[in-house]
Amino acid sequence: MTPFSYARAEDVAGAIALVGATPDTKYLGGGTNLVDLMRETIERPAALVDVTGLSREITVGADGGVVIGAGVTNTALAADRTIRAHYPMLSRAILAGASAQIRNVATVGGNLLQRTRCGYFYDDAARCNKRAPGAGCDAIDGFNRIHAILGASPSCVATHPSDMCVALAALDAQVRVAGPGGERTIALVDLHRLPGSTPERDTELQPGELIVSVALPALPFAAHSTYRKVRDRASYAFALVSVAAALETENGTIKEVRIALGGVAHKPWRAFKAEAALRGQVPSEANVRAAAELELADVAGLRDNGFKIELAKRAIVATLAELSGEQA
Amino acid sequence: MSIVENATQLAQGALQAVMKKAVELAPDSWIPGGVPDPLIAHKHGLVGTQVSRLDGPLKVTGAARFAAEFPLEDLVYAALAYSTIPKGRIATLDVAAAEALPGVVLVMTYKTAPRLNPTPVMMTAPKAVGGDRLPVMQDDRIHWNGEPVAVVLAQTQEQADHAASLIAVTYDTEIAMTRFEDAKADRKNASFMGAPMLLEIGDAETALAAAPHSVDRTYRTPRHNHNPIELHGATLVWQGDDLILHDASQCVAHVAWTLAQVFGIDEAQVHVTSPYVGGGFGSKTLWNHQILAAAAAKLAGRPVRIMLSREGVYRMVGGRTLTEQRVAIGAQADGHFDALIHTGVVAMTSHNNMPEPFILPTRSAYAAGSFLLNVEAVELDMLANTFMRAPGESVGTFALESAVDELAAQLGVDPIALRETNEPETNPTTGTPFSSRNIVAAYRSGAERFGWDKRSATPGTRREGEWLVGMGCATATYPYYRMPGGAARLTLTKDGHATVEIAAHEMGMGTATTHTMVLAERLGLPMDKVTFLYGDSKMPGTVMAGGSQQTASIGAAVIAAQTALFTELLKLAGNDSPLAGLKPSEVGGYEGGLCKLDDPSACESYVSILSRAQRDAVSVEAAGSAPLETQHWSMHSYGAMFAEVRVNTVTGEVRVSRFLGSFDCGKILNPKTATSQFRGGIIMGLGMALMEETQFDERTGRVMNPSLAEYHVPVHMDVPEIEVIWTDIADPHAPMGAHGIGEIGITGVAAAVANAVFNATGKRVRDLPITLDKLM
Repeated sequence: MTPFSYARAEDVAGAIALVGATPDTKYLGGGTNLVDLMRETIERPAALVDVTGLSREITVGADGGVVIGAGVTNTALAADRTIRAHYPMLSRAILAGASAQIRNVATVGGNLLQRTRCGYFYDDAARCNKRAPGAGCDAIDGFNRIHAILGASPSCVATHPSDMCVALAALDAQVRVAGPGGERTIALVDLHRLPGSTPERDTELQPGELIVSVALPALPFAAHSTYRKVRDRASYAFALVSVAAALETENGTIKEVRIALGGVAHKPWRAFKAEAALRGQVPSEANVRAAAELELADVAGLRDNGFKIELAKRAIVATLAELSGEQA
Repeated sequence: MSIVENATQLAQGALQAVMKKAVELAPDSWIPGGVPDPLIAHKHGLVGTQVSRLDGPLKVTGAARFAAEFPLEDLVYAALAYSTIPKGRIATLDVAAAEALPGVVLVMTYKTAPRLNPTPVMMTAPKAVGGDRLPVMQDDRIHWNGEPVAVVLAQTQEQADHAASLIAVTYDTEIAMTRFEDAKADRKNASFMGAPMLLEIGDAETALAAAPHSVDRTYRTPRHNHNPIELHGATLVWQGDDLILHDASQCVAHVAWTLAQVFGIDEAQVHVTSPYVGGGFGSKTLWNHQILAAAAAKLAGRPVRIMLSREGVYRMVGGRTLTEQRVAIGAQADGHFDALIHTGVVAMTSHNNMPEPFILPTRSAYAAGSFLLNVEAVELDMLANTFMRAPGESVGTFALESAVDELAAQLGVDPIALRETNEPETNPTTGTPFSSRNIVAAYRSGAERFGWDKRSATPGTRREGEWLVGMGCATATYPYYRMPGGAARLTLTKDGHATVEIAAHEMGMGTATTHTMVLAERLGLPMDKVTFLYGDSKMPGTVMAGGSQQTASIGAAVIAAQTALFTELLKLAGNDSPLAGLKPSEVGGYEGGLCKLDDPSACESYVSILSRAQRDAVSVEAAGSAPLETQHWSMHSYGAMFAEVRVNTVTGEVRVSRFLGSFDCGKILNPKTATSQFRGGIIMGLGMALMEETQFDERTGRVMNPSLAEYHVPVHMDVPEIEVIWTDIADPHAPMGAHGIGEIGITGVAAAVANAVFNATGKRVRDLPITLDKLM
């Protein structure tokens, strides 16, 4: 690990000022990913500003929406009664990730900013455009079982590893950020980027910007939602493919549906095409399969990850079948 | 290998062959174990009872001191920088930034390292235990991707780690052979423990072609890395020219000897201790880190602590190599094997000595009309592969026992019945009698307990919701070994307390507890009157905790020491004792003293014997007998492994829902620790079956998943209830009637799971691990 200085922020303004004061400073949440990367010397910040003491509230608004402080731990969010009752997919997604020990310290803000688990990103002996822009990508022709099938570029085929973000993408979450220029709101689905030619940038955050909260709009039908994660062992493994889905039917046809995929792209992948195709349709296996095919049309796998294409389709079909079966 | 080495090996081979024949033909009574260990006849003693680990409280309270926890004055901490290319020369090596950091004591490279001799590699000398034979950091050459190129010593671990990250190296790369498929063009027949593995009995290929039924398949197993929970580490200090090394070791005496060769000093000048070890599995031998730390300590004139990072273990501690195995079986309609062929290719290096001997189980598993067994090896530019829990058998049983299952399916017979049909009466490839083989009994009790009769004979027919359910079985087997060199010192003090000292190891198996039980029973003492001391190269014996042989090695050494002690005690007892005139073989330990075996009223307590003789203590040292029993009898442990799996029809995910191991491993000394050993082996086997795989990038020879986050081993949710039962039939020819059980638990597991997956789905997966994409 490279030596760094550490400061604890008292409030949001103080945090932003501290980060602005020293070049190459990063915000520190639970540290479950950043500190790992520092140990591997993949991240070498000169300074850390600890923001875990800030915004640890979960607030339910008058309209039923929820505002989650960025410092709320994953454990606290997953266990929250409102979340469990009204947004079960979110609770399940969080509990499908990491281990209890990690969830106890990992924060919502930090979870959003996890970096990829690509082995070539983690090894500075390898070429990686995300770690060293312009160096090349050793994953494209290397071990890429966990890599992207959607939205990848010739520069980068990495995936975003979060489970929680997949549920947030499905729920239309809004991310509130504060920075030197004031506050703004970014839709979760717009926070993370596709790699394009600049895979070193994971998100649309600007230098110095701090995530302060995540807002969930009131979404009554999300009470009927779930998260299914497919992985190489029963626990403590990143998703090969995951599906966050919510479903509302009326008179036997789909009134509202949300589908987001994890483990398939550089960002949590909201399946807008599939959703659009399904609205107004009967939630039959054939219709859902057709929608999944549409979402994953013209997708080609790499050496090791081609199976994810069929796996994603099957996972979508099975997850919606489970939800429509419950509703029937 | 040179012509001279070849000739020497041939001559040694001829001599060994003559000796081997003589031992095979000798009368039983001439052979160790020819007369059963009297302990076997004990019915109501400590042996066979559930005893908790004596070191349990120390471990859960953190009081047990591991290698990297020894406090030493003036200690400095080591960190390593590793090469990033597989082959070539170091062009530039810039250590200035590292040296300039606060706290850095020195940076050692090939330019500054003391001159060292090449490391004696395993199986080239009785005590050789190097992982590879390369000189360590002696020149600018790079032999594998991850080879250490610099050692930093600093006042703190953090300073050392940071400094190591600043070392800048450039290389003149050379073309490396890192692709298995390319290397296969140049394959050679391999030898294991000095003997060729090629074995031909009859014309197996012709018999296979002529057989009315046959299977002929290729199975593949990937590289596996060692992941003991305790990382490899050592704390060491030079006192003049003497080296004291607190190591994490499964072979303290071997490490002392091998390090002495490296540093050109006498074996007695190296003192290795290893009181507690957090798992070894074949990896806690001698690798570069101990040598580099000792060399750097010499250079710095200060004691050094080194503890590898998890990545460090992947970079410089070898693991299990990959295998590509062909198993072909030709059979009659009644299931009898006409031909049994098990051949294939493994990768190793030019600088080690370990062609993964996957054919070992096939030498004695089944009767067959003809055999063809062989292992060919190719050389890659990679970290030396090494021994890993049940080398040979773990991956060999996957191929063999999958093929047997495939044949059973083809013949439409129950796979257990097919195995019984081919049960051999004597060792099928050597003709030697089995010392104790009750695999059929193990299968029967296992099948009954597991509910094997509920298995559907037709694959893919049992479904519960999204899940297909299936059952599979496979044979587990591992040899009984006993290596030469066992010896023990046994001291009895006038308060009636016995202490045994032996350079053996406790890596979590329960060795110290179990041998305390055994000695207490032999001497007729309660356990709190017996102390088992181990883990120190200054103690008697050259005892490796490997090959599941430590139990037998300690057992035979303690038998010899017990005889020597009884001889001494009878001398001291003299003519005024009720024991007067008795020979050591006529007495036994009973309730704190010696008694005549056939007349328990003729007794004298140890306290009485020593006090009459006015002695504070009696101490004897004795060496175990030569391990000739392993050549006179065919000695093996067995198990019948049963798995129930569920395969998800949507995702291909496999979950093992039940597992049962039914073992035949001689007498079980301590059911509590034995159960843990068996379960641990089975869990490791589940990992091998379903998830373990080292990602070796063949473009660069670099391991790409050097972390427990990405190299998957089973977590709690992957491990079902594992039931363990055993025959408890003593092997009359083994000390205590017991076999070591460290390795057998991993064997057969992958095949049992693969066979269950076939039963569930009708799909046969022949390359491990069985990941979901192979079942979608």
